[in-house]
Amino acid sequence: MSMELTDEPVGASAQEPVISARDVRVWYGTTRGAIRAVDGVSFDLAPGETLGLVGESGCGKSTLGRGLMGLLPDGAKRDGEVLFRGRDIFSLNPKEAYQLRGRELGMIFQEPLTRLNPLMRISQHFEETIKQHEPGLSNAELRGRALEVLRLMGIPPTRYRSYPHEFSGGMRQRLMIALALVLRPAFVVADEPTTALDVLVEAQIVQILNDLRRNFQASLLLITHNVGIVAEACDRVAVMYAGRIVEQGRVAEVFRSPQHPYTRELLRSTISLNTTGLNFIPGAPPDLVDPPDGCRFHPRCPDAMDVCASKNPVNIERPGGGRVECWLVGPEDEIPPGGKQPLKQQELTVVDEA
Amino acid sequence: MSTKPEARSGSSTIVDVRDLSVHFELRGGTLARLFGRDTGTIKAVDRVNLELRRGEVVGLVGESGSGKSTLGRALLGLVPATEGSIRLRDQNIADMSRRQLREIRRVVQMVFQDPNAALNPSMTVEEAVGDALRVHGMRSATQRHQGVVEALERVGLSPVDLFLTKYPRDLSGGQKQRVVLARAIVLNPEVLVADEPVSMLDMSVRAKILQLMLDLKQDLGLTYVYITHDLATAKYFCDRIAIMYLGRVVEIGPTEEIFAQPRHPYTKALLAAIPEPDPDKTVPRDLPRGEIPDAAEPPLGCAFHPRCPEAVHNCGWESRDLRVLVEEHWMRADAAYDEEQQLLGDLDHLETPSTSATIGAGGSPAVRDVLDRMKSEDTHQPLWAGVTSIEDAGSGVTVHFEPAPPPALRRAGGVDVACVLYPDEGGTEMRGEAGPRPGS
Repeated sequence: MSMELTDEPVGASAQEPVISARDVRVWYGTTRGAIRAVDGVSFDLAPGETLGLVGESGCGKSTLGRGLMGLLPDGAKRDGEVLFRGRDIFSLNPKEAYQLRGRELGMIFQEPLTRLNPLMRISQHFEETIKQHEPGLSNAELRGRALEVLRLMGIPPTRYRSYPHEFSGGMRQRLMIALALVLRPAFVVADEPTTALDVLVEAQIVQILNDLRRNFQASLLLITHNVGIVAEACDRVAVMYAGRIVEQGRVAEVFRSPQHPYTRELLRSTISLNTTGLNFIPGAPPDLVDPPDGCRFHPRCPDAMDVCASKNPVNIERPGGGRVECWLVGPEDEIPPGGKQPLKQQELTVVDEA
Repeated sequence: MSTKPEARSGSSTIVDVRDLSVHFELRGGTLARLFGRDTGTIKAVDRVNLELRRGEVVGLVGESGSGKSTLGRALLGLVPATEGSIRLRDQNIADMSRRQLREIRRVVQMVFQDPNAALNPSMTVEEAVGDALRVHGMRSATQRHQGVVEALERVGLSPVDLFLTKYPRDLSGGQKQRVVLARAIVLNPEVLVADEPVSMLDMSVRAKILQLMLDLKQDLGLTYVYITHDLATAKYFCDRIAIMYLGRVVEIGPTEEIFAQPRHPYTKALLAAIPEPDPDKTVPRDLPRGEIPDAAEPPLGCAFHPRCPEAVHNCGWESRDLRVLVEEHWMRADAAYDEEQQLLGDLDHLETPSTSATIGAGGSPAVRDVLDRMKSEDTHQPLWAGVTSIEDAGSGVTVHFEPAPPPALRRAGGVDVACVLYPDEGGTEMRGEAGPRPGS
């Protein structure tokens, strides 16, 4: 599949992207064969931009995030090209990658308590992090930096010498974000940073993430299953299904007129305050060892055509800006004659139901 | 499809919860117990009244630590009631023996949040669902098989033969939750307590399971208690909603009324915090600060006041609020932090809840100066309105706050609200503790 992506000038800036990913693939080896968790993903991220990566569990969104960081488990392989400020981070040796992580590439995890050392004071966490990457800093400078980041996260300076267990869940997530940002990385991956939190605390953290670009000029890849959070905190959205980004573009644009049936159905099945009827997507996501031929969504797609079952959809410019992979959008001239016939879907049994 | 009670005949009460309290004693370490030191009580549920009418869906909504799950568990006798009663068919669940409780669980069943944890990994689907029948005395294996097959068909796991021999690990999240539902309905219960039944599931599966629950309710004439932190599903699913905060019901009423005109500031905050997939909506800015407080020592007065964006003078301000305010002040003007910290000294003693707070180590005038600076930074801060006097004390000052009892549930429009902003309309039914309130 051709991957020459000339994404529309993103956001306010047509600047050089911070991250430019091309045809990224990640697969896990199993006894049944390779699970192609991420299978040819391309996107760009401009400085200070927030991209929401949204999809159901098992679509590969977390794998993509970890793959970008180089934090994949043993037995996983990655391929493709990810340029960070023009430098391919997939071809770095382990030492170079280690240097880059933390200082230039930050990561915020879902479970804050498992990432903080219970025996270390918060001050020690900061000292360790900063000294590792900037050994020349004096203690006073170090403390000043840490307190400044904590202040932006809404943690009072009186708590600087506390231990992780003395903080509430939301405070711990603020600490994690502060630790990830104290080195001022240019690119941060946040993997479901609010999933373990209560509604009100979640909203507070979304607010903090929303202010990241202003306070830290960081580009953020926000991985979430919650389309509501994407709507509130992101500039652009990438919708992922079965290892591929099926649609991406500006949030307002994509949410207002989704071009891919999966995006549309995902939005429709979300229960919000305006929900007047329950909608859901029939069937379940495919097995990524042996995904369906053609478009991976075609067995569940209400608009599937004959061509969808046999031919891979082409990544094309999305009407209104962005990219989309769906035969409904085109290109017309690549659809074989008769390919637009509605596909006769097999009757779904509950066996296939999620 | 209608989920509204008028669709069902009659509205007789099926479960009646009166002044229910569930308290947990904190036991502390061996040494503390040896010296008989009191380590406190957590009031997980604190004098709650709730009436379940046949065929309705009642939502218990709140954050973690609000007591909603404990209340739900108490309905099955899974946690012992400290005070009050839970009446079901003229029996009181609150003082039943284990044997009697087992009988009750034929009538009241529970669906848990995490289907992975709720199913035994070494039991097949047939064993898991049939176990409920076996426990309740169905000896015949053929009868049990029959029951299991029927229940699985009802929850949409067909062809049944394909699922009977499967283990939980072979099933998807949605399928597992269907099995949990099958196990809950296999005894033909009347009431189902569902504790966050969809929150572990993917968005596209949530709607499927909710629809299934609505179908089951219709077909089997069930009554639901739906426990959730998510007001959006509660709005769609429930007939009545009780909003809970730190063990108490702070607002209760018909779903439409609560959503058309949320009254309690906590309800409003929960509503504002829902991330809506609407690109025109921006992040709400006036969110409550902080998190749900320590239940072992809840705030004085209204439990929500430290976080409340609409707090007034008589919400029950106290020493811990002053500490939070000082720390917030230091977050704003961090340049002065080091000096002012010297002036104010140690703040840890403010953690003991009290309506008077003594602070300062650097002399009364200097401490007054700091307080004045804080006041001028944020003149709208309602805490200052709750200060009755500030007097010199030693090397600092003592700040006295207006004492205020926790607000009781009072009638306001079509709902009951526990908030000082809604004083008694008079003459209407009063539930919860009846604390006389001075008009504000």
